[in-house]
Amino acid sequence: MPAPIRLRELIRTIRTARTQAEEREMIQKECAAIRSSFREEDNTYRCRNVAKLLYMHMLGYPAHFGQLECLKLIASQKFTDKRIGYLGAMLLLDERQDVHLLMTNCIKNDLNHSTQYVQGLALCTLGCMGSSEMCRDLAGEVEKLLKTSNSYLRKKAALCAVHVIRKVPELMEMFLPATKNLLSEKNHGVLHTSVVLLTEMCERSPDMLAHFRKLVPQLVRILKNLIMSGYSPEHDVSGISDPFLQVRILRLLRILGKSDDDSSEAMNDILAQVATNTETSKNVGNAILYETVLTIMDIKSESGLRVLAINILGRFLLNNDKNIRYVALTSLLKTVQTDHNAVQRHRSTIVDCLKDLDVSIKRRAMELSFALVNGNNIRGMMKELLYFLDSCDPEFKADCASGVFLAAEKYAPSKRWHIDTIMRVLTTAGSYVRDDSVPNLIQLITNSVEMHAYTVQRLYKALLDDISQQPLVQVASWCIGEYGDLLVSGQCEEEEPIQVSEDEVLDVLEGLLVSNLSAPVTRGYSLTAIMKLSTRFSSVNRIKKVVSIYGSSIDVELQQRAVEYNALFKKYDHMRPALLERMPIMEKSASNGPTEIVQTNGETEPSVVEPKHLPPVTQPVNQANDLLDLLGGNDVVPVIQTTMPTKPASAGGELLDLLGDLSLSAIPPMTAYNKNGLKIDFTFERANPNPNIAVITIHASNSTEADMTDFVFQAAVPKTFQLQLLSPSSNVVPALNQGTVTQVIRVLNPQKQQLRMRIKLTYTLKGSPVQDLAEVNNFPPQSWQ
Amino acid sequence: MMRFLLLFSRQGKLRLQKWFTPMSEREKKKIIRDMTTMVLARQPRSCNFLHWKDLKIIYKRYASLYFCLAIENQENELIALEVIHRYVELLDKYFGNVCELDIIFNFEKAYFILDEFLMGGEIQETSKQMVNRSMEASDMLQEDDISEWYEVELFG
Repeated sequence: MPAPIRLRELIRTIRTARTQAEEREMIQKECAAIRSSFREEDNTYRCRNVAKLLYMHMLGYPAHFGQLECLKLIASQKFTDKRIGYLGAMLLLDERQDVHLLMTNCIKNDLNHSTQYVQGLALCTLGCMGSSEMCRDLAGEVEKLLKTSNSYLRKKAALCAVHVIRKVPELMEMFLPATKNLLSEKNHGVLHTSVVLLTEMCERSPDMLAHFRKLVPQLVRILKNLIMSGYSPEHDVSGISDPFLQVRILRLLRILGKSDDDSSEAMNDILAQVATNTETSKNVGNAILYETVLTIMDIKSESGLRVLAINILGRFLLNNDKNIRYVALTSLLKTVQTDHNAVQRHRSTIVDCLKDLDVSIKRRAMELSFALVNGNNIRGMMKELLYFLDSCDPEFKADCASGVFLAAEKYAPSKRWHIDTIMRVLTTAGSYVRDDSVPNLIQLITNSVEMHAYTVQRLYKALLDDISQQPLVQVASWCIGEYGDLLVSGQCEEEEPIQVSEDEVLDVLEGLLVSNLSAPVTRGYSLTAIMKLSTRFSSVNRIKKVVSIYGSSIDVELQQRAVEYNALFKKYDHMRPALLERMPIMEKSASNGPTEIVQTNGETEPSVVEPKHLPPVTQPVNQANDLLDLLGGNDVVPVIQTTMPTKPASAGGELLDLLGDLSLSAIPPMTAYNKNGLKIDFTFERANPNPNIAVITIHASNSTEADMTDFVFQAAVPKTFQLQLLSPSSNVVPALNQGTVTQVIRVLNPQKQQLRMRIKLTYTLKGSPVQDLAEVNNFPPQSWQ
Repeated sequence: MMRFLLLFSRQGKLRLQKWFTPMSEREKKKIIRDMTTMVLARQPRSCNFLHWKDLKIIYKRYASLYFCLAIENQENELIALEVIHRYVELLDKYFGNVCELDIIFNFEKAYFILDEFLMGGEIQETSKQMVNRSMEASDMLQEDDISEWYEVELFG
């Protein structure tokens, strides 16, 4: 049989293959030759054959039939064989195969070999791939070698010990004695691997950590020598002496100094020294500075040192090298919670990084920017972030949009700004906002009562431009359905009102229903909006027609809605106004993000009574005393304005729930008060699930020529009742019946007594305050029976 | 610790694979595929760091070869770049102006050098000279083997 071809020749041959198939053929041929050579138990060429097999393995071909051959090579006396054998074992074998245990004896022998390079091979293989069983068997040998004076072997033994500890943590104790003098070594290889071993032990065991704390002075000394020593050709990297060792020592110092005042103090000086003296022109110097910063931030360092660390990071941000900028942003993100003010100082640099070309840097900069937003910088930051949202890659848009919403919610300086910001996000990144933003936004818009006209106008204009972005379309349809009357009335305080007719609005909504761009959910929104407009617009017939068409829609959801709305037109028309009227202010019961909600600071706006801003009011209680007096005191309970969490409604959901109550007999509305141009109507519904609670909505309208401002409605009921007053929709009752102020009263009437109520009204008309008291006795029996 | 080191060409052909934790063949193949795809897709002037699962991937191109090193999350990326650079310097010193072909035709030597520099996912020796000296001495031992063998050839 001819001698098997040499490794180089095989490589050359395979590289000439022009196709994958050709290569495969060559390899199969050679594998067959190797297999038969193995069968012949040829010692001479085994090494060559295994080497070839390893090459083919690297190309991706199976080589498991060579595993046993590797073991035979390891057992050989020749160094060449051992070298390839151990390499093969590391590449082809792993602890999953039982075969690997056969290596144990060979390794044991080789660990005691007379030639250090053979011992080195054994240590290396054990330290790379030794299984737990092998480690248990051979730990004693490793421990012996850890105490040798041969530095070549000692450094390898140290790393091998690290591997043993990782595999079999219980064996850690046995290496403790050998660590005694490790740090007194001059040899850098041994020093480095010793520090790694000590680090591993300290990370795994608090006892070890406590034990090794006494090494801090020695470590500080070694580090100092490295910094202060002159040029050492053996370890120099760009003018820095053994940066690898420096970094490793800094890391061990971090672990030892954490949560320990004494150790932290002992290393304070050296950290400051490293931080100020390290050359920063090359990556290697910055690598050390980086590790130093990480250590300073983790131990109990004094504040001056911490500021120094953050300033280093700030300088990193300005570095030309993008790796350094990236690392700085990552570190700042970790420290922004604990050292917020220090990081804030670098805010403008961080914001500049939003414009970086590198994707990883942009992402970090975005995360960090959001972390830095606060009430003081919200306007400036939001400008930058919105600009970023416009121009960033699609992969960022969803996260950025969510971040913008959260930040806006927390720190919006004014309602108008908030709405404008939302509009901006919806129009520029509308298709990327998360699904849950739609209900959140709707809730937000409902609460911004005085902005309704402005909001619906802007949303309408946005729809005219573009109906492809579903979240935008959904929010817009909902608002048009709700506030369409404001839209066509051409009222808008914030900007130039647009002239739009009812038909134009219905055109747009119907357009959404038929467009290919609309998702099924969007169509649902649109149909409901059209339906709602039936109580706000006069073109009811057109709406009836649209609704009846969709009664036979293929889309089951649309069909159901249309059928129910049809029913509303036909059989329950008298309920339609009540059911479709303006939504009350919704409370946020749970949100995904931070649960604190809008804190208006900064700008003054015509004050809107925000539900969460109502303190347990002291004012009404004083005035309630008036009511008490009038009613003769004892049988009246003064009312406290509180907020009560109501179900956060989804647009369609609320309606469907109301429709579900159709079975209950409807309670007719009544006029509770009508004097001097102020009229207050009460409408009723029963609250599910408790039938003892009557929910009354007051509607205050003003037929005089001037607005009634600072309008406050208060009520008192006899003691057997319990009353709760929710927040009013506004405290301005517009003149000439242009709008109503609504407020919800919930009355608990467990004893089913006849409902009586005293009301007190205060408002300002043409500059003069007005106050009136009245008794309401004409409650329909159904409201309390 | 370091988890793995891969060297591959611009066409995605693997030239060296060092694994510092046990993994099945299948897992290794998947990782190689993922790494080559991710790294080769990077823009030329991007930063050298990537995130993949719970690891940081540090990569750098030297001539026609990509060096791809995976480190755990708490490790220092900047020093990892220095590790890669040091390995390239060691290869360069050993082969004299190393190029991809050297590593293709002498892959076993590339492994031997790596095994003198790193072990078990940690740096073993920080001195370039020490690593070179160990390689020279080990190569000498191999020479002794060959000369023995050569003698056998002569006689039979």
